[in-house]
This record gives sequence, structure tokens and C-alpha cells, in this order.
Amino acid sequence: MKIIAQIWTVMVMNIRSLPQRLWMSLAAVLAVAVVIFVLLAFLAMANGFNQTLSGTGSEDIAIVTRDGSQSELNSVISRDGVNIISTAEGIAKDKNGNPIYSAELYVVVDGIKRTTGTEVNIPLRGISSSGVSLRDQVTIIEGRMFESGKNELMIGSSALREFSGFELGREVTFGKTKWKVVGVFSTGGSVFESEVWADARTVQTQFRRGSSFQTMRMRLANTGDITALEKLIEADPRLNFNVETEAKYYAEQGNALSGIVIFGWAVSIVMGAGALAGALNTMFTSVSARTTEIATLRAIGFSNTSAFMGTLFESVVLSLIGGIAGTTLAFAALDGLSASTLSAGFTQVVFTFELSPDLFATGIKLALAIGFIGGFFPAWRAARMPVVKAFG
Amino acid sequence: MSETLFDLKNVRKYFTRGAEEIHVFDGLNLEIEKGDFVAIMGPSGSGKTTLLNMLGGVDQPTDGEISFSGDRIDNLSEGALANWRATNIGFIFQFYNLMPMLSAARNVELPLLLTNLSAKQRKENVATALELVDLADRTTHKPREMSGGQQQRVAIARAIVSDPKMLLCDEPTGDLDRETADEILSMLQLLNRDFGKTIVMVTHDPLAAKYAKRILHLDKGNFISEEVD
Repeated sequence: MKIIAQIWTVMVMNIRSLPQRLWMSLAAVLAVAVVIFVLLAFLAMANGFNQTLSGTGSEDIAIVTRDGSQSELNSVISRDGVNIISTAEGIAKDKNGNPIYSAELYVVVDGIKRTTGTEVNIPLRGISSSGVSLRDQVTIIEGRMFESGKNELMIGSSALREFSGFELGREVTFGKTKWKVVGVFSTGGSVFESEVWADARTVQTQFRRGSSFQTMRMRLANTGDITALEKLIEADPRLNFNVETEAKYYAEQGNALSGIVIFGWAVSIVMGAGALAGALNTMFTSVSARTTEIATLRAIGFSNTSAFMGTLFESVVLSLIGGIAGTTLAFAALDGLSASTLSAGFTQVVFTFELSPDLFATGIKLALAIGFIGGFFPAWRAARMPVVKAFG
Repeated sequence: MSETLFDLKNVRKYFTRGAEEIHVFDGLNLEIEKGDFVAIMGPSGSGKTTLLNMLGGVDQPTDGEISFSGDRIDNLSEGALANWRATNIGFIFQFYNLMPMLSAARNVELPLLLTNLSAKQRKENVATALELVDLADRTTHKPREMSGGQQQRVAIARAIVSDPKMLLCDEPTGDLDRETADEILSMLQLLNRDFGKTIVMVTHDPLAAKYAKRILHLDKGNFISEEVD
């Protein structure tokens, strides 16, 4: 009890004396706040990107691509291939007994990013009405569905927000062909919202793809069970394809951004080292400014533990203030912020920065770590302060 | 029958400065009896403050024995010395050494945080100590809101609040004008005379020393003369 009273007294004195070291303390707080802000910016970006992609994949849907292709863009599936795979067991059937699948094209068209005015790659998906039904939560929020055989487009709401030139009713030129934007759709924030959709056969014709497709999606009879499809592909040498559930496919695509998390941590650690140096400097100055106070308390009989804890507490409090400022700023400035980046398919994926409670906790933990390490050595010095210093 | 409070036997204290070894004390002997008021005078570098530090348990001799009420203190650990100081010693410093962020009452309460007294008991003891130094109306004032003399009186209240046997004063009037210095010294005299506090005071000021019962003159680590009131 006595030691707690001692520690509390020293803590209160240290905190109350902070205004005497206002600018230096503020600099330490600011340094920690910037580190936490930058870290959370990277993590929120990765988090948002992952959530967009993980929100896209379904365990009920299988996706077939050419074996060895890293993404839909460099995959090719012939009409024959589509026909053979559609006969596989394990694909759900509609009420007429026909397999539920969608053979799709995935090509790149030019768009202009609103924020930078630069030209970027936007994915144009050739899709059929059954393909639309294979996506959950598709709703047309403006205009109408494109008509088969016509040069008509629907644009995802995220893509419309990020890229200019695709407003409803506008004509868009791809190469020598003109297309009309007839609808805006939403898919509940999934990656498909970053796309432009048109009739698959029209895309085949206008982009000279003959009868080939790039991917094939199918509804599974049993959730997550692609065994029958795998067996079929393995047994037939003509089928040089890869099959996986849509959930797995997009999870792998999401991993492409895992590098940004590592980069974010690396930048934060380097900056954190700077903040740590600031914290150390602030706290050594604090201990130095309070030499007589610390030594006097020790002369009176206060333990060196109280001197240690009091100094450590001051450092942790400063860093905590910085951490809270950094996370609050990150929430205010970044949470929900829309952005787009190049996906593994070399096209733009639109996503929003997502700051979860976990990220908030990560930011606070890093701030506390900086405060603890930055305070430890000055606190050690305070605890070892010769008591004779009280006598000047 | 008088009781010896401090007993220093053959105390040696050496410092090293670079390659040089400085002998501050080379076999110092001293006895201080309970209820005594000793002034230690001497030129700078004579060892006054080093002696005070050793008496207060904030510094230890290189060799020799220091006993307090018959118990050796020169071989105690740092933690044990801190406890010993909390129980037995009240310090009064030249520049008061008050905590600038704390009120007079909170400053005075500091030594009581090392006891098992309840908050209510601590408050009562603080009020008594501040009343004794005639500062009952300044309890909430911060040090910067008080004069030098008032600050030193707060420091005296802090030194006596836990009722230690011994007061160690390092130039207690060195930062005060003559009139205020006389007030402080009269207060120390009262604490010695009426409350039985044993006092050791280091001072350069011969007028301040006259308030003591015994004046010891220190030079180059040796007592060269003694005046008894």
C-alpha cells in the first residue's frame, strides 16, 4: 500500500509538471501520433482491400481458369472446354435440369481516375444473365440491365465513384467501337463493383475473341465441394484447367496486397525508431529537470521503484496520448475513404479504407510499446539517481 | 544520563577524481547526544556536506563505523537505508527542495506516505505541523506562491511531520535574509528545546551557528575546535 501511494504521488507530480516541458512533450506526442497514423493508413488499406476481395468470394461458386494463369485476365477457355465442364457432376441444376454456369470474358478497357486524372485499366466483364444471377446481392440501382447483342454497358457503383466518363447515358469508345452506359449496379461492396459489365457474346465479337471465354463460374450442388469437377478435369487431357472455389480464388488474389502490410510495418518501425528517440530524449530531459525532486524524495525515504515507475508512467502517458491522437486522426481521415489500386489482374480494384477495432488496438499497442521502451532507460536512470544530488 | 544518538568511529571517506584519490576524512570520530543541537562550520571543501550526507544515510563511509542509537547504519543496504531515513531523519535543505507542483500540505504529507497512517490521520498530522511553523493559512499554496522564509518553514514542517529523532540541516538559512534567517533559526531552536529534536546543522554563518548548543569547526577532514554554549 505504501509503495502504491509513493508511486502514485510521483506519477501525479510528473504529470502535473508536464507544462514545464510543454514543447518537448508535444513533439514526443506528435512523433508517436504520426507513426501510428502512417501504420494505420497502411493496415487500413490492406484491411479494406482484403475485405473487398474476401467479400467477393463464395463457397457456393466454383471458378475455372486455365491452369497456370495467375488471374482471369490471362486465362483462356474454349467453347468446347466450357461445354465439357458444364456436364460435370457437382454443378447445381436449375428447375429445367440445366447446369447453372456462366462462361465469361474479362478484358481491359481504359478509364480516367477521378482523383489523379490519370489513365487506368478498368475490367470489362462479358457476362450473361445467368452470370449476374451467380453473384449475390446484385441490384441495379440506376438505369437498366444491358440487352443481349447490343453495345451496352452497366457500371459498378464503386467504379463510377472512382473513374470518370461512365456516367449513366454517356457513350464510351473502346478502340473503334462505341458503347452506351445504360445502368449502374451494386454488389454490396464486393470486387465486382469495380467492374464494367456487358453482354458476353457482344464482347466476344467486338473484342475479336471468337468463341473463346476466359473463365467459367458455376453454382455448386454442395457448398465448397469441387471434387467432381477436379476429377473430371484430371481425367480429361483436353481440360488443362484449374478449379477452385470463388472464396479461395479471391482470398489468393487478396494475398497480393500482403506485401503492403509488410511495407507498412517496415515504414512504421523505421519511423517508430525516430519516435522512440524522441521519447527517450524527452524523458531523459524530464529526469534531468527533476533531478533535485527525485533525489529529495529518495532522501525522504521514497523507494527507487517509485522514481522508476513515475518516470515510466509519464512516458507511457505521453505515448498513449500520441497513440490516441494518431488513431483518432486515422479514423477521422481514412475510415471509409474510397481508393483504388492495381489488382493481381492488372486492373483497378476499388476498395475503402477499413479501420477495425483490431487496428485501433494495434495502434494503441504500438504507442504503448514506444512509451514503454522510451521511458524504461530514463526511468532506470531516475531510479539509480544518487540521493546526494538532493544537496545540490 | 545522556544517550548517544550518533557515534562515528574512525570514519574514512575517500573519493577518486581521475587518477587522484581524495581523502575527505581519514579517521574521524564524533559523538552526538540525543537532544543536542550541533552546528558544523568550516570552509568549503572541509567535508561538512559529506559528513552531513553520511549522518543522513545518503552516503556511506569508505571505512569505519557509523552507529545510530547503537545500531550500525554504515553497512545497511540502499533499501534499508531509505527505510531508516524515513523513520529517523528529517532533512532541511538550503534551497528548501519542495515539490513545485504540490501544495504546502501535499509537500508536508510526503514523509507520511511512507507510514501506515490513514488519510485522515495524515491530514491531521500535516495540519499540526503547518500550525507549528505558523503556516496553517497557507495549506493550499504552491511553493511559488510563498516567500523564501515561508518555503523553508514548509520544509521544516515536512521534516518534522513524521516525528523523526533527528533533523539534518544543510545551510538552512543560506538563501534567506537576516531577519527571516533568525525566524528559521529560532524555530529550529524551539524544536530542539521544546520538542527534543536532535539537530545537526551545517552552516557558513557564525550568527546562525550561535543558535546551536555546540559548534564544531571542521577543516581538512578534522575537527579543529569546539565551542559549547
